[in-house]
Amino acid sequence: MDLKYSPEEEKFRAEVREFFDAELPADIRSKLQLGRRIAKDDMVRWQKILFRKGWGAVNWPQAFGGTGWNIVQQHIFEEERADACAPPQNPFSLKMLAPVMQTFGNAAQQEYFLPRILSGEDWWCQGYSEPGSGSDLASLRTSAVRQGDHYVVDGQKTWNTLGQHADWIFCLVRTSTEGRAQQGISFLLIDMKSPGITVRPIIMLDGEHEINDIFFDNVQVPVENLIGEENKGWTYAKFLLTHERSGNAGIGVCKRALKKLKQIAAEQLSNGRPLIEDSRFRDRIAQLEMELMALEITNLRVLSTTANQQRGLGPEVSVLKIKGSEIIQQLAELKMHALGHDALPYVREALDLDWKADPLLGAHYHAYAPPITGQYFNQRKTTIYAGSTEIQKNIISQMILGL
Amino acid sequence: MEFNYTEEQLALQDTLQRFVSRDYNFDKRRAFASSSLGYSAEAWKQYAELGLLALPFPEELGGLGGNAVDIMLVMEQFGQGLLLEPYLSTVVICGALIRDAAVDSVKQKLLPDIAAGRLKISLAAYEAAGRYDLSYVSCTARQASTGWQLSGRKTVVLDGGSADYFLVSARSGGNTGDRDGISLFLVARDAPGLTVAAYPTQSGARAADLLLENVSVGVDALVGAALHALEVIERAVDRGIAALNAEAVGIINALNDTTLNYLKTRKQFGVAIGTFQALKHKMADMLIAAEQSRSMAIIAAVHADSQDGLERRRAVSAAKAYIGQAGRLVGQTAVQMHGGMGVVDEHIVSHYFKRLTMIDLCFGDADFHLAKFSDTLLPSA
Repeated sequence: MDLKYSPEEEKFRAEVREFFDAELPADIRSKLQLGRRIAKDDMVRWQKILFRKGWGAVNWPQAFGGTGWNIVQQHIFEEERADACAPPQNPFSLKMLAPVMQTFGNAAQQEYFLPRILSGEDWWCQGYSEPGSGSDLASLRTSAVRQGDHYVVDGQKTWNTLGQHADWIFCLVRTSTEGRAQQGISFLLIDMKSPGITVRPIIMLDGEHEINDIFFDNVQVPVENLIGEENKGWTYAKFLLTHERSGNAGIGVCKRALKKLKQIAAEQLSNGRPLIEDSRFRDRIAQLEMELMALEITNLRVLSTTANQQRGLGPEVSVLKIKGSEIIQQLAELKMHALGHDALPYVREALDLDWKADPLLGAHYHAYAPPITGQYFNQRKTTIYAGSTEIQKNIISQMILGL
Repeated sequence: MEFNYTEEQLALQDTLQRFVSRDYNFDKRRAFASSSLGYSAEAWKQYAELGLLALPFPEELGGLGGNAVDIMLVMEQFGQGLLLEPYLSTVVICGALIRDAAVDSVKQKLLPDIAAGRLKISLAAYEAAGRYDLSYVSCTARQASTGWQLSGRKTVVLDGGSADYFLVSARSGGNTGDRDGISLFLVARDAPGLTVAAYPTQSGARAADLLLENVSVGVDALVGAALHALEVIERAVDRGIAALNAEAVGIINALNDTTLNYLKTRKQFGVAIGTFQALKHKMADMLIAAEQSRSMAIIAAVHADSQDGLERRRAVSAAKAYIGQAGRLVGQTAVQMHGGMGVVDEHIVSHYFKRLTMIDLCFGDADFHLAKFSDTLLPSA
């Protein structure tokens, strides 16, 4: 047992940090620091910078142009990424679709799509949930009917994240209604420019446009865009979900949020004294910090055990997903509570980088108040998406506990 | 003991419920919230006609002589309907404060105008560095030849967007944080030297920050005793807290109804999701939270006007802390059980959730009032 980073790992961390210091554009950094709205262009610019450095995909094997980094290196990178206020990379392309394509896709698909993801040329989004198929994903009904060398796709996907920016969407579609629901699903890659696709924005409770409904009306998709075998899509879908959830612990993001919370609690005043001196509030921060200390090590234990045993990720990622989502929610909630009455204003323009506060409003308000309450509201999604907490607990009780 | 409403109270409740379903559905409410006023001027007129704006005022001044239980009943409907009008500030907090503390001539001048819907007032008592502490007053009031001069800042003045007057706490003696030395002044919105920066709040209403730069007011602007206004302000805020608790109870019950309906109608895995035990038990917890919260709201309403300071403090703070915690449980669980539908703007659940969250943050959150209640357990209390 040794929880210390090795000298090589420390050297690696220094190299990563130095790179972020030198290469992260100042405007993008400011947006993340201040909780302002980030645009597609910010994320694409950043992906291109990482690509030029050879760090376009930190979770991919070198054979596909990834860094081939081990679990600890990836962890260090993510921690430094969040701390430097660099934007996340598109998880749908890099962490969800890519592992599926690398494992189940054919050579032509790998050779065409993976380099375009790496370079930031293509933006991918996910077509999983449907209005009638959320937790019960296998009941999905969007159909793909084979006609010659095309599939014809009809149906509706929902809770699609950032599809308004997407060049491509990977979709679970129904190619058979025989047998169990899981047996008739296929995994299809669809060009978002295809005629018959309509994107309808869904405004979230924080007032922002992050998710969409996507409608497919007689959309033609070439058969070569099928991943793996027809009607085997459920296997690939579950593989993808496991990868998605393994990233949901979000240790780096939680650490950054904890740092910010402590900063706010030090600056925000209560009866003229720093709020951090209030032991009741400080205890709440302390409680969360303990949870996060444990999760950091649990996360590394789970991921390195899996790597050492050279096996795929298993149902234990549900533990990481549940805890990570709860911690990030509670951090957001405490940041909001730290603001007191300052949490009440809703200033939509305050999410723009060039927004200047009314000079009448207090100094703290300028710095960080506007987005914080919205972040608390927005983060309620984390215990719902990628398999709700209730579904994760079912997985733990069935797959790990055998109940 | 008597736990039932009177016939008059039930009739009032019925009237309000009909008003909400007829004139204040979710789509209309959304339009009011996004208008420049941030609420419905038409609804405000109707409240005047219904007598709601005169509810707590004495009959000799044209009021209805209503009590805190009447206010509780009204505020519960404000919660159910997510009503946006500045009732809490104008009637419950400032109207009743003027009723109790102002001299007769001021009462006779202001209360009939409030009752008729012609006048709105907001309490400007909090400052940024004081958090929830009403004694943290650094805003100054200097005596001048013609009256007083006020200088300083006030933060997040509820319903400040549309207020015609502000009741501003300012220090004319002692040091910031002292209980003594605080005075309360009635300041017109257009008073020279007063700047009002209004903005929407997370739950749709309009609040404002105030900057006072040598604002001159006459001697008659003083409400209550000079240097000793804190007690009056605390009483007014406690009545506001009792009202907010009732509003929260209205929202908690609305969220429970909406969630229960969703559990019965939303199908996954071929059955209604309400058949899953994990969700059934959460719904049962929400029902328990609603019942306990209602009891606490009653305790706060009954004691909000108590002359016994300790009894009032215990009742109001216990209820605010308890309902803050219960509202958090119900709000978060309702959103969770609605899944994606819980986090979208087009569904009412997220609007109930946001309002409930903001109620906790007003006038001291659950932790603040837990501390207040906890302090009353000390032998020295």
